[in-house]
Amino acid sequence: MVHSPLKPEPVGDVSPMQELYLRAYRLMLLARVLDDKFASLYRAGKIHGGVFLGRGQEALSVACGLALREGDVFAPLIRDQAGRLAFGEPILDAVRTYLGSALGPMRGRDGNVHRGHPKQGLLAMISHLGAMISVVNGALLARRMKGIAGTVGLACCGDGATSTGAFHEALNQAAVEKLPLVMVVANNQFAYSTPTARQFACDSLLDRAAGYGFHGSEVDGTDLSACLTTLTAAADRARAGRGPQLVVARLLRLCGHGEHDDAHYVDAKLKHLPASRDCLKASEDFLRAQEWADAPTLAAWRAEVVQKVEETLAKVHREPAPDPFKENWYALSARHLCEGYE
Amino acid sequence: MSITYLEAIREAQARALNDDPRVFIYGQDVGAFGGAFKATKNLAARFPGRVLDAPISEDAMAGLAVGAAIEGMRPIIEMQFADFSTVAFNQIINQAATLFWRTNVPCPITVRLPCGGTSGGGPFHSQMMEAIYAHYPGLVVMTPATVEDAYSMLLEAVAIDDPVIFCEHKLLYNHLKAEKLPTEALPVGKARIAREGRDLTIVAYSAMVQEALIVADELATEGWEIEVVDLRSVKPLDTDTVMASVARTGRLLCVGEAFPWGGVTAEVIARVACEGFGLLDVPPQRLNAKDTPVPYHPNLWAAHRPTAPRIAAAARKLLRL
Repeated sequence: MVHSPLKPEPVGDVSPMQELYLRAYRLMLLARVLDDKFASLYRAGKIHGGVFLGRGQEALSVACGLALREGDVFAPLIRDQAGRLAFGEPILDAVRTYLGSALGPMRGRDGNVHRGHPKQGLLAMISHLGAMISVVNGALLARRMKGIAGTVGLACCGDGATSTGAFHEALNQAAVEKLPLVMVVANNQFAYSTPTARQFACDSLLDRAAGYGFHGSEVDGTDLSACLTTLTAAADRARAGRGPQLVVARLLRLCGHGEHDDAHYVDAKLKHLPASRDCLKASEDFLRAQEWADAPTLAAWRAEVVQKVEETLAKVHREPAPDPFKENWYALSARHLCEGYE
Repeated sequence: MSITYLEAIREAQARALNDDPRVFIYGQDVGAFGGAFKATKNLAARFPGRVLDAPISEDAMAGLAVGAAIEGMRPIIEMQFADFSTVAFNQIINQAATLFWRTNVPCPITVRLPCGGTSGGGPFHSQMMEAIYAHYPGLVVMTPATVEDAYSMLLEAVAIDDPVIFCEHKLLYNHLKAEKLPTEALPVGKARIAREGRDLTIVAYSAMVQEALIVADELATEGWEIEVVDLRSVKPLDTDTVMASVARTGRLLCVGEAFPWGGVTAEVIARVACEGFGLLDVPPQRLNAKDTPVPYHPNLWAAHRPTAPRIAAAARKLLRL
């Protein structure tokens, strides 16, 4: 997917790293503003079903999206608004899917984070954790069979998904086939309400890398520079044929599991640890400390994304909802094989 | 020369691999070893790089197939036994079966399930899985009962742009023989009149078709003419052919090897009762396996599944009503 939701950066005497950082920050900001808008709409009763935010995970997520190129495969999970935007998913897709527009990619058939364009490499997640990883493997194996080289696949999950059989099967499969898979685990300390102490017993999830035969790396998920460096390096290694990669990021989920969840179970002490800082705020502090952006610039960028989000919402609010009488109700592409229940 | 049901499955896969570069086979021991039942014997050598051994990871096997299908391939997945497909259940019913409806991207995968009981198979190598997959929207479920259908329907399964659950019966693998491979076939979704009759319709599928034909022969010696309908695919289910047969005979017995609760036989009876009640001269009957896991010992196994004597007894009872 190639689509830039933001105006191009003015090209000046900025280093490539600075340019990447600025781009990443503005995508994180857009993701945060969009997520906050969905949260507001949820509280106002304007969204059917759940709302799942990426608050606190934007640095890691955006780094995932930016480590990928056109033609790569991306299997985001529920907290990857930033990564999706970075990979090129239009804002319209998110808004249309959350608001149930008939014009959205899921046409009201599926909602919220369950959206994608599989043919363009953006997989539409199912709810069952770990299940998308082997699908990425399949896409990568197919490319190898077709003689397509140089593309990678990246799958995201949280600490909870690492306990599933699907996660284990898929990582082992990727290693056996030596696929260019980048598996990113956002260890955000909670799977819904379950703390990591009730999720796994090894010292670090990074230890799993050796068991599967993956190259493993760990990163502070609240540090945008570190995330960009680590994810780019992992994707580059996979792209260079150096086998599957596991990246484990430490961070804290700064929201409930979904917006229906007040996350009262998160210990206050945990919230004040350095690893629990807000990555967006940390990035802003970094930008100002480096003098890469001053306060008016930051304010202008925020105003730009707020306007972008509001314009998109205004457009989608005018779009039609799906019509059950026009819905075709065929689950097979081969319509002649569908049974006509009435 | 003759060809078995198993050889027909192998030949269909060889032809699919030969005719379409998008086809590949993935499953446990399917490579150089040729599969637990030899359904892929010699195929890895004939088609290098396209018949791949999988780790014992049914979930990841099915997930990989979906990913490859999205990229335009047409994978055939061999589950070593139909029973083990429960490990892949999530990927099949939630990933593969919903993909087209959710995203408009077709999912042309074929999942081969060696199903049904064999003597000594026991609870975990004998199950019939067609009903559980047919329950879910987005899947086609085939249950070939003849060598000809095993060949032509498997080729169609690979050609169809949707996920197909291909239930091949292990008991038929080497027992069932035909003179040659077919050159033409009924379309998928059409049932077949396996034997014509006027007194009673027996609807069956998979290995039960062969049992029903034995019963029809036996009852013919008593003067009864039994019509046997082979469903061929249980989803879609050809209600029209069943209904037309019941219109001729007025009596219906539906036989399946699966467990009795719900399932294909219940679906057939329900449809005939709802849409063709007036065609029935007597209440329709169904015959299934017993409501226990499939037993290991041959004595118990033979009593657990419907066999010709039990079907004949049920048929005689229906004919006397």
